[in-house]
Amino acid sequence: MRQQTDTGRNLTGISTHPELIEQMIDGAREGGSTSPGDAHTLDKIRCADATSRAPLGSPPGTPSFKGKALKGLEMIKGNEPTVLFDKLGERLAFERSGVRLYEGLIAKHEVFGSWPEGPSRDDLEHFLSEEREHFDMLRRTIEQLGGDPTAVTPAADAAALMSEGIFKVIADPRSTLGESLEGLLVVELADNDAWEMLVDLARLYGQDQAADRFQLALEQERDHLSSVRHWVSSHSRHLARD
Amino acid sequence: MPLDIFSEKGTPLDKQRFTWRELSPMPFSKLDDDAFTRVRVILMNGIESEAIRFQHLCGRMNQPLRELLARTRRVEQHQQTMVNWLVPPDQSPLETTIGYEQVAIEVTSALALQEPDAYLQQVYRFGLLEDFDHLYRYTALLDRLEGKDANTLLQSYTDICPGRPTSEEHRSPEDDIRNHYNGSTAQPITKLNALTIIAGEYQTHDYYMHVGPMFTDPVARQLYAEIASIEEQHVTQYEAMLDPAEGWMEQWLLHEATELYNYYTCLQQESNPRIKAIWERMCSYELGHLHAVMKVYKDTERRDPAEVLPKEMPEPFGYESHRDFVRQTLANEVNLRTVDGRFIDIRHEPEGEATLEYRRHMNSEGSPSEIAAAGYVWSPGTELSKRTAA
Repeated sequence: MRQQTDTGRNLTGISTHPELIEQMIDGAREGGSTSPGDAHTLDKIRCADATSRAPLGSPPGTPSFKGKALKGLEMIKGNEPTVLFDKLGERLAFERSGVRLYEGLIAKHEVFGSWPEGPSRDDLEHFLSEEREHFDMLRRTIEQLGGDPTAVTPAADAAALMSEGIFKVIADPRSTLGESLEGLLVVELADNDAWEMLVDLARLYGQDQAADRFQLALEQERDHLSSVRHWVSSHSRHLARD
Repeated sequence: MPLDIFSEKGTPLDKQRFTWRELSPMPFSKLDDDAFTRVRVILMNGIESEAIRFQHLCGRMNQPLRELLARTRRVEQHQQTMVNWLVPPDQSPLETTIGYEQVAIEVTSALALQEPDAYLQQVYRFGLLEDFDHLYRYTALLDRLEGKDANTLLQSYTDICPGRPTSEEHRSPEDDIRNHYNGSTAQPITKLNALTIIAGEYQTHDYYMHVGPMFTDPVARQLYAEIASIEEQHVTQYEAMLDPAEGWMEQWLLHEATELYNYYTCLQQESNPRIKAIWERMCSYELGHLHAVMKVYKDTERRDPAEVLPKEMPEPFGYESHRDFVRQTLANEVNLRTVDGRFIDIRHEPEGEATLEYRRHMNSEGSPSEIAAAGYVWSPGTELSKRTAA
């Protein structure tokens, strides 16, 4: 099996055809452009669209969910629980998709194996099960507060869009476990900050019990992040020595 | 009030124009708009795609019509853009695929229910159960690949469970040919139904062919390959309903009428006022096209378009859940297969050897649709909700 560091026929750089590059540069210079301005010219349309368009969507309304809705609303201090529900929905979707990411990584581990100080299968299985616990905890929390955990909140929608590329890398059979873990590192970095913000938000809304549960999840996510960082850096060292 | 297509002239063809900004309107909201807004947008993209395809083919074979075809087609192109660009970019390709299958299920059901010809009703119901199964397979993939729940898009209007298994839908080509309607005796609604479903299935095939290779996951790539192949079969099946004796001009008239009928149907039921205004504009444009083509039809065919077209548009079909109809069809017809255009019950009569051999070979290295949905039962909030609650 080819290794990540094996050099091959990468044809993307200008050094691929040094005899042609001068012609490319001359041709582009002679052709010029057909309209004045620069890359910032695109901002005009982007700004115009941003000011005239509606947001991604609305936070879901609080359903009359087995009669708990009223109780949930009474539990929330302040008048605008929508921000909390939006972020809870985001975290729930993130943890749920995190389970699928870890499933993909375990499959990679089966194929590629690990390296010194790299992840074991047990490590990955352990983190997967914690992601699943976090998802379940968030689902119950949303239900207890009178929300609908199956709804897609605007923050969840945006987060899914941001993550698309990472899913693609991990699902790609051509990417190694090491490359996939770099994607996971991006996920865990975002996850850690998001949990920290969720703890603060829950306390702001007077949801101290939920905040305590989120704090426990944050501790576990810090452990994930620390491990993933170590795996990624040990992988680079391993490749460099090879 | 019914639309009198002969007295309503719409917007003249030479007044039908857009700007680039208009062609990129604000998309509908994945979160806030009704699922049937998504269904209408997807179907109308298909209707316009079919219009452009037909007009290109017609132009290849009819030199005197080329200029009018090019003028009409330029507008169809921009109409298609304006409609298709309503699809929100925060929908992943797999989420959009869920929308495509909901279109197939709900629109095919609606057409089956309003189709007067009993044989063609069966053709629609046969295809319906196959698209219904595709939804189930793609839902499993969305859950297992992206960790998402398809029902956030379906909004509980459409069931998610197996139909006629995709792995058993692969047939030898001759078993996809159906009997065609008789162009001189078929009711106009039969012809509008046929062109509607052909448009829908053709664009579904093209969409899967387009996005399939964008997936990195090997199961996703194979599943799209498998279902795209079925969609091509479906186009063959539905196209076979058309009477080949209908000439190019008659087909062009029917195509314009189909576009108008579908925009009219959308207009009557659209819940988003901004998009409703788009349907209204398109209705007016299609009336303009229809009248331009009627004039040419009279001049070239020396026939009255009223011999081909209904005086008034038929009643719109319903953009609504057809859950009961789908469940009833599933209970009664999941065991149907086809042999040489006949529908048979697999419990009493075997399929042809060519189909069995073709299917055996295609599935010989595994069935992506069975693998993707292995053990899958949909549950609200994805199957992970079920597993953690257990």
